[in-house]
Amino acid sequence: MRMRKVAVVGAGMTKFVRRAQETGKELSWQAARMALESCDLTLDDVEAVCLGTAPDAFDGVHMKGEYLSDGAGAWRKPYMRSYVGGGTGVFVPIQGWYHIASGLFDVVLVVAEEKMSSYYPHAQAAFLTIFDHTTERPLKPNLLWIFALEMNRYMATYGISKRDIALVSVQHKRSAADHPCALLGDRDITIEDVLNSETLAWPVQRLDVSPVSDGAVALVLAAEHVATRVTDKPVWIEGVGWSLDTCHWTNRDLAYPRYVEHAARMAYEMAGVKEPRKEIHIVEPYDPFDYKALHHLEGLQLAERGQAAQLYIDGVAARDGDMPVCPSGGLLGVGNPIAAAGLMKIAELFWQLRGEAGARQVPGWPRRGLAQAWGDLMQVGTVMIMGR
Amino acid sequence: MVSGPKLFSYKSSNQPNRRRQSNDANCLHPIWWDTGPALKEATEMNERVAIVGLGWAGFRPTTPDQSYKELMYEAAVRAYSDAGVDPRRDIESYVTVAEDFHEGTSIFDEYVPDQLGAALKPVHTIGGDGLHGLAAATMLVRSGLFDMVAVEGHSKASNILTLPEVTAYAQDPVLNRPLHLNTHFVAGMEMQRYLHETGTTREMCAAVVVKNRANALRNPSAPYGAELTLQEVLDGPPLAWPLGRREVAEHADGAVVLVLASEDRARYLTDRPVWILGVGWCNESASLEGRDWAQGTYVREAAGIAYRQAGIYNPQREIDFAEVDDTYAYKELQALEALGLCRLGEAGELTEAGATAADGDLPVNVSGGSLGMGNLLDATGLARAVEAVLQLRGEAGPRQLEDVEQGLVQSWRGIPTTSGAVVILGN
Repeated sequence: MRMRKVAVVGAGMTKFVRRAQETGKELSWQAARMALESCDLTLDDVEAVCLGTAPDAFDGVHMKGEYLSDGAGAWRKPYMRSYVGGGTGVFVPIQGWYHIASGLFDVVLVVAEEKMSSYYPHAQAAFLTIFDHTTERPLKPNLLWIFALEMNRYMATYGISKRDIALVSVQHKRSAADHPCALLGDRDITIEDVLNSETLAWPVQRLDVSPVSDGAVALVLAAEHVATRVTDKPVWIEGVGWSLDTCHWTNRDLAYPRYVEHAARMAYEMAGVKEPRKEIHIVEPYDPFDYKALHHLEGLQLAERGQAAQLYIDGVAARDGDMPVCPSGGLLGVGNPIAAAGLMKIAELFWQLRGEAGARQVPGWPRRGLAQAWGDLMQVGTVMIMGR
Repeated sequence: MVSGPKLFSYKSSNQPNRRRQSNDANCLHPIWWDTGPALKEATEMNERVAIVGLGWAGFRPTTPDQSYKELMYEAAVRAYSDAGVDPRRDIESYVTVAEDFHEGTSIFDEYVPDQLGAALKPVHTIGGDGLHGLAAATMLVRSGLFDMVAVEGHSKASNILTLPEVTAYAQDPVLNRPLHLNTHFVAGMEMQRYLHETGTTREMCAAVVVKNRANALRNPSAPYGAELTLQEVLDGPPLAWPLGRREVAEHADGAVVLVLASEDRARYLTDRPVWILGVGWCNESASLEGRDWAQGTYVREAAGIAYRQAGIYNPQREIDFAEVDDTYAYKELQALEALGLCRLGEAGELTEAGATAADGDLPVNVSGGSLGMGNLLDATGLARAVEAVLQLRGEAGPRQLEDVEQGLVQSWRGIPTTSGAVVILGN
């Protein structure tokens, strides 16, 4: 069956910062305006708006989607907010995709916003409320704690060293130095810096983790007949996939993200990708922690299980390597305003595939890229494949 | 600039229920000509989407014996057996609706897959009303990506000890929250404005309560059925003038699951598919200061989109019955006017005259509505949709309407939002 073709035609993003002075509405508006201006459209051309934002607990606003609606440009428009935890950033363009692919709309504005600094002193406390109220919350778990479990399991299963994992953080933070919106770009960071940083929950150290941030990203999606009129360089959405595993994360083998594999296979099938390692030219896997980038590359079938670190060691993952990984700088370098960070990866692919990524541009005019996000209780994978 | 000619290409000629043609000179509100996006050029998508299964658990004022997961499971099992499908084999994707603060759990989508049979499947959650979820599932099927999608919504309102405070947290934290506006107070202000602009009276709003709660007596799933007189409603304790305590729907617990399928799959599964002829939704203004207080502009815009898809040009003649939001009694009247089912300011008189009663010209909320079935939080719209499906299938028992072919369902997300959805269903 031939589906309606959908393209990304415009993108905009705010700077990712630790504490934005703007309200969430203002951040959304800034990103939305930049995205519309980038393709010379106005709000009048937008037929529907999709918003992505992670838990309401960050802002303490009930029905946060409704609160953000006018900032996101949804005044008197069909407007829907979706969420799949950390996977929201890549899910919300999937939602924009199905708005257009359904035939109901031609131009959709996709906005992802997160303002984590409203939670004072630190957003980490909000995450206590994501756990099961009966079995888990009494243990007072937090995210660093459960990801330390996962990282340990990953390292122990495949015999991966902390030093190899630290290389991911180093490469991403160095790449981010070229990103004008980045929060933690650092051209001079070394493996020693990562290994000597403060231990948060062994084996997770401070520089293994992406920073809490505020920011917003927006995209303009258009149906084929509109996209070809609006721009000479539409970037097509070739494949989408998402998968949500059981909430009983304690019963999962944490060494391998099966849900990411399911999502990736769904997207590859839709995009007609048979050999992902040859056909995907740029990868933006979700990297809130440095080991997660490796974990996800394996789930995405772009590396053998336990072998993803080798891509970084061999330079395959470098910006000028055979398969550049996170040329944007990823969440580790650019910042991690949850939903906005995922959409930042889609925006990065958009700029890379159009050859507009400036200092971050991957050489060789890549043709196809993949972005992925992950979230909930180590539970959901969202994948989008884009090509020109 | 980019929309191009709005071609209407829905397979209207193939639709068996297009009995009443629409170029009617008496059409009072030709407002949906260009109020929203229409269906665009034909592709090889799944053009038509049907509801092939429904199941619900509840509805009860409190459910101390069941968790929200058990309510969802019960509703899901009924829906799957009603559709005759195995969720692990047949249902390809799931859409749920929930709000974190209603659940007391952040990123609540974590806790939906297991009891729906949805683990390791494409599942996502919409922060919206059940009808928004229904719209999302409809789009997923129409896109051609999936042939069968389930939609879930639930309410465990009895678990929320501080619902007024939780709802107040939906107000703008900078501009409105310092004013300590109670939710019902905001509703009272809106009601006052609506009465003022349309000349509707408190008695007319009370007539809605009398009608809906009496209708609920014939609905075994409705916990708030009652025989009230107009005077009893008006004499109830005041809440926020002119809003009285008895004009507000009490909350209830329950869960609803619907199974949607593409045309091919629907025809294979059932000989009584209920077609989704149109879906529309709209958000007007998040700001209390900058919105239209009297008229449900969001309803009008959402209805315009849905009517356009369904090819409805004169809703007064083409809609046989409606299930609309009545979480506050005046909202039913406001919605009927915004939906174009009567003239502005006319809904109250029609209600008093019995036109919206079960045996009237346009039966509204035959199920009992939220006043009779309870306010089901995010599942409210789905509960309205359940009634519409039952009526169109002819399974509504003692409250079955005769000769119904097209029904309208409308929902609202509650104070302080101006967000709602409209779905047109046909058999």
